[in-house]
Amino acid sequence: MLKRWWSTVLIVLAVGGLMAPAGFAQAPIKIGVIEPLSGAVAASGNYVRMGAEIGRDWINARGGVNGRKVELVIEDNKSDPKEAASAAEKLIVRDKVPAIMGAWGSSMTLAAMPKLEEYGVPMVVETSSAASITRRGNPWIFRISPPSEMEALGLERYVDKLGVKRADFLAVNTDWGRGAVGAFGDMLKKKGATVGAAEFMDQAATDMNAQITKIKGTGGDTLFLTTAVEQITLVLKQAQEQRLGRTVVTTGGSSSPTQLIKQAGAAAEGSYHIVFFMPWFPEAMPDGKLAKAFVDEWAKRGHPFEGLTEGFRGHDGIATIAEAVKIAGKDEAKAIQAALWKVSFTGLNGPIKFDKDGPAGKESGQSKPSIFLVQIKDGKVALPDFLAKK
Amino acid sequence: MDALLQHLVNGLVLGGTYALLGIGLTLIFGLMNLVNFAHGEFYTLGAYATFAALALGGLNFFAAIAAAIVVGAAGGALCERVLLRPLRGESIDTTMLVMIGLWIALQNGELLAWGGVAKSIPHPFPTAPLTLGPVGIAPLRLFVVAAALALIVAAWLLIQRTRLGCAMRATFQDRETAALMGVKIGRIHTATFAFGSALAAAAGALLGPIFLAYPSMGDLASLKAFSVVILGGLGNLAGATLGGLLLGIAEELGAGYVSSGYRDAVGFVIIILVLLFRPSGLFARTERIG
Repeated sequence: MLKRWWSTVLIVLAVGGLMAPAGFAQAPIKIGVIEPLSGAVAASGNYVRMGAEIGRDWINARGGVNGRKVELVIEDNKSDPKEAASAAEKLIVRDKVPAIMGAWGSSMTLAAMPKLEEYGVPMVVETSSAASITRRGNPWIFRISPPSEMEALGLERYVDKLGVKRADFLAVNTDWGRGAVGAFGDMLKKKGATVGAAEFMDQAATDMNAQITKIKGTGGDTLFLTTAVEQITLVLKQAQEQRLGRTVVTTGGSSSPTQLIKQAGAAAEGSYHIVFFMPWFPEAMPDGKLAKAFVDEWAKRGHPFEGLTEGFRGHDGIATIAEAVKIAGKDEAKAIQAALWKVSFTGLNGPIKFDKDGPAGKESGQSKPSIFLVQIKDGKVALPDFLAKK
Repeated sequence: MDALLQHLVNGLVLGGTYALLGIGLTLIFGLMNLVNFAHGEFYTLGAYATFAALALGGLNFFAAIAAAIVVGAAGGALCERVLLRPLRGESIDTTMLVMIGLWIALQNGELLAWGGVAKSIPHPFPTAPLTLGPVGIAPLRLFVVAAALALIVAAWLLIQRTRLGCAMRATFQDRETAALMGVKIGRIHTATFAFGSALAAAAGALLGPIFLAYPSMGDLASLKAFSVVILGGLGNLAGATLGGLLLGIAEELGAGYVSSGYRDAVGFVIIILVLLFRPSGLFARTERIG
């Protein structure tokens, strides 16, 4: 009996010792993460999660935030808007997180937003591009990814170099895809180009031959493609089978050119991709040292290189929330919301600082991310000729 | 006009693969009275088995497809023995729930085993399309349609012309009588489920190289297979074949001439119309198996 009593004490002490290593006497700061870890866009969601974990580990290695360790509570939205809303509710109500990062796709983010307003918890949006996210008058939204309009504006200066005269669109049939078609279409019309067909595909669709046949009939020169990397692969392969013969430009930054080279092979040759992180030449990023360190850490953990163009979002999202908690001095939702407006630092993508967007009095935060254009040339990712340093 | 021809060719190719998906499902339903929600997972299994045989086993493309079909049959037989045999005689709802459970378990198993990143399955065909006037078709797709049609004919021959097929039909017409005539009922169930699963795996093995292999690929395949089966009439092999072709062409023309955003809606509108006006399927007149 006595022996058992002693062993209980020992176990309690041992467990207590493990849970509270020196320097982290206080409870950890919880940050909720909602990503598509299964379903149609699972690959991208998992890369963002990996990036977020690196962000967390780096912060904790530097001694945490205000002397407290950061802990991620990660929820899977299954690539499904309904699940995103219930994941947000679960994180807020059951795990009591004071801030969330999520939820990858625009439709998933839009579905989670009413829950943020209902419970008053801020969310840093790391990937979604639909303009409506920051225009709905939800003051709990802080976006570090560019909406499609900002992306289109970023591409505007290259339109002549790309030789776009007559463009067609093929986009995933979601808030993101439809938003991108509108934004890039407006920008191209402003630049004097004609817009031909605007075709859509279901998120899970695998056969896009009907759309490609239709686009082939318009006689355009450039195809703007907006979807996740899996569908970009399929479209490039099927366009090659049908000899579409267009300059392809992908938007949204989720194209993972390295994965395209691997999976679409020659079909990806010559295509242009808008990206927000360039792991092929980290030194060209706004904070070259940070970018290099991230690329190295990613490799050290055995994560696939092609995930880096997605993974950086996770790091920047967690870093943004940690920065806000530091400024707020406490991990309360309302204080973090107020502090997010004061955040100003350079992440992997570049400077992160929020401007007001949306209806007055209920503005959301929108950062101005850096936008880059790369091209697949000879089976490698390179800067386009008109951007390469002479 | 050129575009119309190309749309029709695309639709036929797509429809051929839908038909292959549909016949496996309709066989299992017609012969076993089982609503197989896990059908799409055998499609996924076929695609991953092909990938594994090529990338890890070092087999050639055609051997890999054959291997995937064998894996699908073995997987189906195992499922029937372990999950379905203890439930024989239970209501259709019970087995349906078990198959939903199997669907979820298999899909998450694939995610665990292979990760969420899609796998590209290499194939030996040239990517340049074969052209005939204004119409182009990739050699791989031509092979897939030919293989799908061959498999459909093989399935029909097996059921109509072999002793096993005869025993299958007898079992499901009247189980007791068939048993009295010396048919081993348990073996027939196992063989039927293995055969249906092998057809799904064959579809996965054939379509994997055209598309990509990823854990949730079976969901869309299941949806299309059920659509095809409803169009053709439950348990109707010829109906599933024609239903598959019809669905493929309808979707293709819908996307080409109505709106690509409503591509899948076109297929479902047809299904609703069929259910309203010919509830037992478009081709209900033709002879039912069993």
